[in-house]
Amino acid sequence: MAQIDAYVPPNSDVGTPRWPSMNTRLLAKPAIWTLRGLTYGVVLVVAYIVVDIVWKGAPVLSWEFISGFPARGGTEGGILPAIVGTLCLVLGTTIVVLPLGMACAVYLSEYARPGRFSNLVRLAIVTLAGTPSIVFGLFGLGLFVLFLNFGSSILSGCLTLACMVLPTIIVASEEALRSVPVSLREGSLALGATKWQTISRNVLPYALPGMATGAILGIGRAAGETAPILLTVAAFYLPRLPRSIFDQVMALPYHLYILATQQPDLEKVRPLQYGTAFVLLLIVLSVNLVAVSLRTHFRKKYPW
Amino acid sequence: MNTRALSKTDALVKALLVGASSVSVLVVALVLFFLLKEAVPFLSDSGRSTLFSTRWTPVSFQQEVYGILPLLSGSLLVTAIASTIAVPAGIGGAIYIAELAHPIEREILKPVIEVLAGIPSVVLGFFGLVVVAPLVKQVLGLPSGLTALTGALVLALMALPTVISISEDAIRAVPGTYKEASLALGAGELETIFKVVVPAALPGISAAVLLGIGRVIGETMAVMMVTGNAALLTLSPTESIRTITATIAAEMGEVPFGGTHYHALFLLGAILMLSTFSFNMAAMYAIRKAESK
Repeated sequence: MAQIDAYVPPNSDVGTPRWPSMNTRLLAKPAIWTLRGLTYGVVLVVAYIVVDIVWKGAPVLSWEFISGFPARGGTEGGILPAIVGTLCLVLGTTIVVLPLGMACAVYLSEYARPGRFSNLVRLAIVTLAGTPSIVFGLFGLGLFVLFLNFGSSILSGCLTLACMVLPTIIVASEEALRSVPVSLREGSLALGATKWQTISRNVLPYALPGMATGAILGIGRAAGETAPILLTVAAFYLPRLPRSIFDQVMALPYHLYILATQQPDLEKVRPLQYGTAFVLLLIVLSVNLVAVSLRTHFRKKYPW
Repeated sequence: MNTRALSKTDALVKALLVGASSVSVLVVALVLFFLLKEAVPFLSDSGRSTLFSTRWTPVSFQQEVYGILPLLSGSLLVTAIASTIAVPAGIGGAIYIAELAHPIEREILKPVIEVLAGIPSVVLGFFGLVVVAPLVKQVLGLPSGLTALTGALVLALMALPTVISISEDAIRAVPGTYKEASLALGAGELETIFKVVVPAALPGISAAVLLGIGRVIGETMAVMMVTGNAALLTLSPTESIRTITATIAAEMGEVPFGGTHYHALFLLGAILMLSTFSFNMAAMYAIRKAESK
């Protein structure tokens, strides 16, 4: 029997298999459910982490725990020196990094023309943003602790943390400055104001909330970091409060690390571990919450 | 104020701002300088002959051996497993949040991802220690839960926010007209997403992946707490390993400053810096390519 082949024009893709649309529709539901499953899987894990730490950490919380000094190598007592230490580090880092980061952002957004210098600054920012925190620790040890002879101190720790969060602050501040409409600058310049008058009176006030949000997020990150302070400031066990910026301090993240890994009887100090983790999480997440609600508030106020 | 005084102020301010901007360049230069300054002496030390040995025993009564191979393999193994978990999950999550989720759903999902990004690494490490490690031990029937796999699971959690949020931005940046054209031609929703939107967002998604991997390589505390820290040359996920970062963090506190061991740790830091730097440069290149499109 003679077989009649269908006419296939040359160079057509009739013979090549394609994704038939029928199949796509059949696949659509399972595929969407897979993606949804992946996403909610992540959500579930995050929820589990937070709930686990809050559930087991909150009952440990008491006035004695927060305001007490640790005793017996940290296996008993409170965590006041660690809280105070972390607050000192956060405050010091803010004082160092905020003016620098904001000034750099103003330069990049308002003054810099595309060229060698601004490219170099941008490359530096990207490099800093990608540098591992432990490398900052090594750097802080080499420069601040040993070379400049600040020793293991709050000063060394703050400077190291400042280097680490600098790129975050710059990028967020620049974004805030750039979102201020050009017309505000043009109006001011057209009235005869100088560039700096324009920036300081007609750009910065509107960019400030956005800059503050970025700054708070960056500094919140500094509060939770361990690796950079490990080599530059953190004390294993120091049950007293710091007196000067050349003192060592305990810090919450490092204290948690010590409690969780360096204690001979880990099960016995488990409540203290959860309590410390809870306080640290509470500080870091409430800092983030403040930043985010600030952002939402000012987005409504300046809706450009 | 007269005009001259005003223009003087302007020039002064500009000079100050340029000065502040140079600080970031200065910091990078100083980081590189101090890493190299403290790492280079190792290369002229007698310890350098052991650099490519398979053992890392920097403290020993017989002979100190500074073999970086087990540490490199440890970092590589953990990073590889963590990426295999975080990359598909992260991109899938980003596609879902950007394209499929209801707007209200999106407003809930995004803050959750931000919360994950905000959890300090030492807290994640603690969670890994008290929850993930016993789980791994029980499920796989291992003698100890402190394995490369446990480290990778915790690290995948840390890479996820980076991968999700940057991929999501890339997907949302694809012009709506692409999607409309595809849908108008009769393609289904899924076909449009996987054959039009995702390919168009690919440079941005690859940047997200590279940045996520860069973050995993450099992560220190979580990985140090859950991988057991045995410097073994192994590719088995169920064995204890020790990463470059954990080695620096764990040993730097106890070394005499200026000794061979001290310089070896700075050399590890330099290697680490170099590898994260190359991942970040690749990511930046991908982003540039995405922007020029």
